[in-house]
Amino acid sequence: MTARLRGLLAFWYDFVIGDDWLVAAGVVAGLAVTYALSRTAVSAWWLLPVLLAVLLPLSLWRAIRRG
Amino acid sequence: MGAGALFIAVFLACMVEAVEATTIVLAAGTTRDWRSAGTGMAAALAVLAVVIAALGPAISAVPLHGLRLVVGALLLVFGLQWLRKAILRASGHKALHDEARIYQQQVAAAAGQPRRSAGLVPDWFGFTLSFKGVLLEGLEVVFIVLTFGTNQHDVGLAAIAAACAIAVVAGLGVAVRAPLARVPENTMKFVVGIMLTAFGTFWGAEGAGAHWPGSDASLLVLIPAIAAFALLLVAAMRRAPGGQGGPETPVPATAPAKAG
Repeated sequence: MTARLRGLLAFWYDFVIGDDWLVAAGVVAGLAVTYALSRTAVSAWWLLPVLLAVLLPLSLWRAIRRG
Repeated sequence: MGAGALFIAVFLACMVEAVEATTIVLAAGTTRDWRSAGTGMAAALAVLAVVIAALGPAISAVPLHGLRLVVGALLLVFGLQWLRKAILRASGHKALHDEARIYQQQVAAAAGQPRRSAGLVPDWFGFTLSFKGVLLEGLEVVFIVLTFGTNQHDVGLAAIAAACAIAVVAGLGVAVRAPLARVPENTMKFVVGIMLTAFGTFWGAEGAGAHWPGSDASLLVLIPAIAAFALLLVAAMRRAPGGQGGPETPVPATAPAKAG
């Protein structure tokens, strides 16, 4: 039973989070900051593209470093 | 987003999933038993129909802003994962996704299993292999159709695009009864990664309360911008140690190929 539950959790972790947890964490943080910005007078649309430009190279660099 | 863009995005994404499912069904049918593989596929399609019947109305009932936030976040995470793998493959840091090799691995694994019948299924292993493959890849197709379709208020067109992709791939699979190695899967994954990332960025930001300049038309800038950025990263990573065209990284002779 425990092994099945562990297997199920591992499946969902792999399905949603994938190889690099930093990407998922970065996306959640980016959406939270976008939401906070959208409540102010500052426009918020630019934040996710900027985050993407940082997050993708960072994740690639981590992948190469791990080999 | 126009109907054409919705159709192309869903069609390409579903085609990739269909190629992977077809490879598994073909391996199960060829090495084990076609009837069991077919029954496994039919059982998985029946489960997927139940999932669609349950999830479809539930997703339609969710407020659009909340849906775009959740779907945008998931698409952005999925898109970045796909794009990351596609860039690593294109730059030589990861082995290319090879359906012929995956097919051979599935065939070898299936051939080594003892034959055991259960109920109407002559070969339980062939049934399970086919069932799991179609169900897992099918769940991704269902997710793509429901999220893209609901966000663009056109689930029907998204479903047609998915059905077309599955019909094309299944037809090819039945015709050749061999792995679909000639389908340019790595290039398709690169394109799908760009599309998922672009739509995820767009819907995620909208769901979080941001307003894009030019509204839907901003996707026409976002998609080529992400594509250009990804290609730049490929070029940069090819020059990095271990990449194609970069300085060689010493690898032990027995090191397994990086795949997945």
